[in-house]
Amino acid sequence: METKLKNKKRSGPVLFSEYQRGEGIKKALQLGRENILFELKTSGLKGRGGAGFPTSTKWMLTAAANADKKFIVCNADEGEPGTFKDRVLLLEYPELVFDGMVIAGFTIGAETGIVYLRGEYEYMLKSLEDYLSQMREDNLLGKNILGKENFNFDISIRLGSGAYVCGEETALIESLEGFRGEPRNRPPYPVDTGYLGFPTVVNNVETLASVSHIIFKGGEWFKIYGTNKSTGSKLFSVSGDCEKPGVYELPWGTKIKELLEIVGAKNTKAVQVGGASGICIPKSQFDRILGYEDAATGGSIMIFNESRDMLKVLKNFMEFFIDESCGQCTPCRIGNVKLMEGIENIERGDFTFSYINNLKELCRTMQVASKCGLGQSSPNSFISILENFNKEILHTSGKGKENVKA
Amino acid sequence: MLEYEKNSLTEEIENLVKQYGSDRPALLQILQSVQRKHKYVSDFAQQEIARLLNIHPVEVYSVISFYSFICSVPKGRNIVRLCRTISCDMAGKENVESAVKRELGINFGETTSDKRITLEYTNCLGMCDQGPAMLVNDQVYTHLNPETAVNILNGIK
Ligand SMILES: Cc1cc2nc3c(=O)[nH]c(=O)nc-3n(C[C@H](O)[C@H](O)[C@H](O)COP(=O)(O)O)c2cc1C
Ligand code: SF4
Ligand code: FES
Repeated sequence: METKLKNKKRSGPVLFSEYQRGEGIKKALQLGRENILFELKTSGLKGRGGAGFPTSTKWMLTAAANADKKFIVCNADEGEPGTFKDRVLLLEYPELVFDGMVIAGFTIGAETGIVYLRGEYEYMLKSLEDYLSQMREDNLLGKNILGKENFNFDISIRLGSGAYVCGEETALIESLEGFRGEPRNRPPYPVDTGYLGFPTVVNNVETLASVSHIIFKGGEWFKIYGTNKSTGSKLFSVSGDCEKPGVYELPWGTKIKELLEIVGAKNTKAVQVGGASGICIPKSQFDRILGYEDAATGGSIMIFNESRDMLKVLKNFMEFFIDESCGQCTPCRIGNVKLMEGIENIERGDFTFSYINNLKELCRTMQVASKCGLGQSSPNSFISILENFNKEILHTSGKGKENVKA
Repeated sequence: MLEYEKNSLTEEIENLVKQYGSDRPALLQILQSVQRKHKYVSDFAQQEIARLLNIHPVEVYSVISFYSFICSVPKGRNIVRLCRTISCDMAGKENVESAVKRELGINFGETTSDKRITLEYTNCLGMCDQGPAMLVNDQVYTHLNPETAVNILNGIK
């Protein structure tokens, strides 16, 4: 059981480098809003929740908005299959996440921060609440934070209740407002119409944790790591067939085969990058790099060795999407079910190639016509697994598959 | 439901409204609290919540039906949720699954006749590096094998 905050013993270039609670906040108060935004811009930090929107732009838009109230929401819904790095940050590095929220509050002019913690992580709630109390005692939260007059900010934690789609930022806001977690049309974006209609910054846990380091150590320092288009480092949640699953901090631009080496993966046949919503990369492409410009990911890396049946993997992802689709729009509600029928037909060897092409056409429709990222990206794994493993999946008779273990 | 049970449930919900407020954002928090304690939100509880938040009971039901961790029918005293996503699956979830079913004599989606345990599947719990994983109420258990899983379940009241 994992319930208590732990002493950290990890190391890494950025996120897992030295940091003491409050350091980033102190620095932020010295720098002032303009300079904070400048450092963030210099850093090139992009959102770590999957979509990769530049954080400085998001904050600037919200800072510039004229409103009575503003909110900063930390997206701790971490529901993408194969992702668990936010769990590690919250349990082992809460100071990074909460300091980042305070810095955001100061920068955009918000007095309220809300953490939306997935219901599955309720076991962390007590220790996170205790941590927030300590921060209040140290005047890192509350009124006139660290003596800065009129800078008031506090953080509360709200729980989700087992719905993956609530990680989508507008669904998350609906959920916070006490409604069904159904995504809204965007625009308007949360930066102008967010929680209770007020301008709201929604950032991933890891984005906020990166901010604390960037403000304390500078945007230029952050940029030393990574590539031109993907600056800094990233936490990768590694699971599946390898000797050392876990969370790794690696600079963006790391090759997939380098990562496989580090985690002790042998006889690897495929790597699913970006979770069920991501893409499946076959061995022939292990030279590709992890980064926004190539294999983009919120951090989920799932490894499959030669013994795995990729159709079974795909079926598992499709079950996930059918289960988690909110059902609001037709392409996603019906489309995922049709793709599942397709998988079952393929399993039985009962298909024609024109039928497969129709399914691929359906995938493209879902990608453009679905209302939110769930339905837009659920076909990704279908397309990439069928394309990269067509020999294994489509060029066999369909018989005898039950003998392959996944 | 007996009259005194109704009264105490009303009182409980009134207290939750005091704690979380009577604005719409309070709804999910109130539902979560009722669910945590009673393992479901009864028709009567739904009516009382609707009355105190001044919304239609259908609104309350509609929210309940959206979230997989909140339900409107009674379940067991403990809810066990086994992760069925691929990383746990590859780590041996199927063996845990069959051992648990055998031991409790029920299928997933069912409740033991003594109302001690409801078995459910869930999607990725964020413990994929330590699979197979399951939640027992709000506690997470990892690195399960058929024996440890069954021992954990036998240990709950
Ligand atoms: C179906 C779906 C689920 C999502 N789940 C999460 C999540 O669990 N955590 C997260 O940070 N972002 C998630 N996102 C992305 C958010 O909508 C949003 O882009 C993100 O929180 C913005 O933060 P960032 O800019 O710091 O990445 C999800 C998006 C979709 C479409
Ligand atoms: S794409 Fe799917 S999850 Fe998103 S709004 Fe449509 S039905 Fe809901
Ligand atoms: S796959 Fe089971 S916890 Fe992620």
